[in-house]
Amino acid sequence: MTQSSTRRTQTEGRPEPGADFRTSTSVRYGLDRLFTGLVFIATIIGLIVLAVLLVDVAIDGIPRLSWDFITSFPSSFPDNAGIYPALLGSLWLLALTTLISVPLGIGAAIYLEEYAPDSRINRLIEINISNLAGVPSIIYGLLGLGIFVNFLGPITGGRSIISGALTLALLILPVIIIAAREALRAIPNAVREGGMALGATRWEVIRSHLLPMALPGALTGTILALSRAIGETAPLIVVGAATFITFAPEGPRDAYSALPIQIFSWVSQPQAGFAVAAAAGIVVLMAVLVLANSFAIWLRNKYQRRG
Amino acid sequence: MIVGADLNRPLPLWKSAEMRLSCGYAVLLEVQKVAIEARRGQNSGTEVWHRESRGRYLRERLVKVVLAACAYLSVFTTIGIVLVLLFETINFFRQVSIVEFFTSTTWSAAFANPQFGIMVLASGTLLTTAVAIAVALPLGLLAAIYLSEYASTGMRRWLKPALEVLAGVPTIVYGFFALTFLTPLLKATILPGLPIFNALSAGLIMGVMIIPTIASVSEDALYAVPRSLREGGYALGATKREVATKIVVPAALSGIVAAVILGISRAIGETMIVAVAAGALAQLTLNPLQSVQTMTAYIVQVASGETATGTLTFSTIFAVGAALFVMTLVLNIIAYLFVRRFRETY
Repeated sequence: MTQSSTRRTQTEGRPEPGADFRTSTSVRYGLDRLFTGLVFIATIIGLIVLAVLLVDVAIDGIPRLSWDFITSFPSSFPDNAGIYPALLGSLWLLALTTLISVPLGIGAAIYLEEYAPDSRINRLIEINISNLAGVPSIIYGLLGLGIFVNFLGPITGGRSIISGALTLALLILPVIIIAAREALRAIPNAVREGGMALGATRWEVIRSHLLPMALPGALTGTILALSRAIGETAPLIVVGAATFITFAPEGPRDAYSALPIQIFSWVSQPQAGFAVAAAAGIVVLMAVLVLANSFAIWLRNKYQRRG
Repeated sequence: MIVGADLNRPLPLWKSAEMRLSCGYAVLLEVQKVAIEARRGQNSGTEVWHRESRGRYLRERLVKVVLAACAYLSVFTTIGIVLVLLFETINFFRQVSIVEFFTSTTWSAAFANPQFGIMVLASGTLLTTAVAIAVALPLGLLAAIYLSEYASTGMRRWLKPALEVLAGVPTIVYGFFALTFLTPLLKATILPGLPIFNALSAGLIMGVMIIPTIASVSEDALYAVPRSLREGGYALGATKREVATKIVVPAALSGIVAAVILGISRAIGETMIVAVAAGALAQLTLNPLQSVQTMTAYIVQVASGETATGTLTFSTIFAVGAALFVMTLVLNIIAYLFVRRFRETY
């Protein structure tokens, strides 16, 4: 306090010694308490919105849920409408997308992490992948429309399940590659060196040791990416998923619908009954997502305990 | 050679069992098999070795080529996007003048005498994005400060994944929520004149969706600020809030800017929330209480109808998509440069 008053005397003349200082501290500590509360509230506001959203959807949708809702076809009468073909379509998409994207993604990750020398072209690939992760999903829809639906139409059958699955696979590929690379990077170099010291080739080390070790991490990221694919709507609308379909798809070249597409088509209807059906559809979609995510968490925990 | 001599004798059983536990037991088994075979067939060890290593070498080459093809697929994806967009956009500009595209203030693609002023759709995108950032920037940044500076380790471990869930909710669900919950709520409480479709609700909910993007990138940047800077602040008598807001935040500024730019880029590309809740009325306005059509919502509107390949309307969605792609690409590159800057500083 003496110090501050001396400084004051030098610069301003003769103020009341220390008077400024005392008030300032209590105000500053008060502001600190306020700020602590503020940052905490800001953190949980998003979570509160999420909770309200879930409760709102559940209140609207759960009374509408029934076995009939899951096994019925869409209808122009909101009370008869069901999600059977959409649910089947989503399962088809999920299976095909997994089959296409997982081997490609893990293969690319292995190449970039274990084989690629640090050359200009490989750095270009890396930048390219992180850039693809930032491209809006609707642009992938346009890519799918141009290539899989129109250009390769004779092979894929146009607006078919396989076109949709290929589009979704390209969409989530960057996410899978990034997750698998992180899992590979976490493996200590001693494992690679040990394998090679025993005379194994690079691929033998990868197949027998690196892949099993990286699998839990890679799988967790992959399942999260796939659950994103289940919820994607925009690219599927662009590649031509149908909103009103009265048969169950039977092969990859069939026309199809998907859960989010069905929800979108119900949301767009003016009748109130369809909003309720949409809410029920959302409950089913969220249940599928929760299931997928719990599976990812369970898988990770299981392998972590073993390792 | 000692190695050759070893090869002609199978490894003792106890030794191989022990080796199984260590890394390359598959390889050892193979070596043993080769060695046994070599003795039975009275081949010299080296000859067998040559053949085997040649096979392994070829397999190794093949595997490498296949894996590299997987990696190069990402490059072809980018090339595919650019080519598809370019091809149809050129088609579009054969029929519509570039000057009109960038200067016209009317968008009436579906009418008999169509007008294509991208400005109109861009204003819808700009409006919803501005509302979203107005929500997500303060909430995301404050959440990042809480997670990085205030939260205990336990809280952090629990809250970070919880916030990430916000980004994992399908956007169609957010759209439904904005349309059937938030808009009626705003209408019943503070804004009685609000139309059913409006930029405000869509933007607010989109802001919530973007919170995790801004929070996690900013938090990385705040967390990377060295401890010595904080301690220097405390030594000068600053309180925790003063250290956080006047030292840590400015030091992490480039990372925070990157976070906001990434958030903007996500908001521009977001589709379903605006397609469901903001409407389909293409008009040039900066009033969030009105119904607007964004670039993404226009693509959805056209794509969900029946449009034949090769028509002008069909080319239009690719032209709009190209504009969208360029905008997000530029923003992502700027964000990348900012992130690299904060990584280099510390």
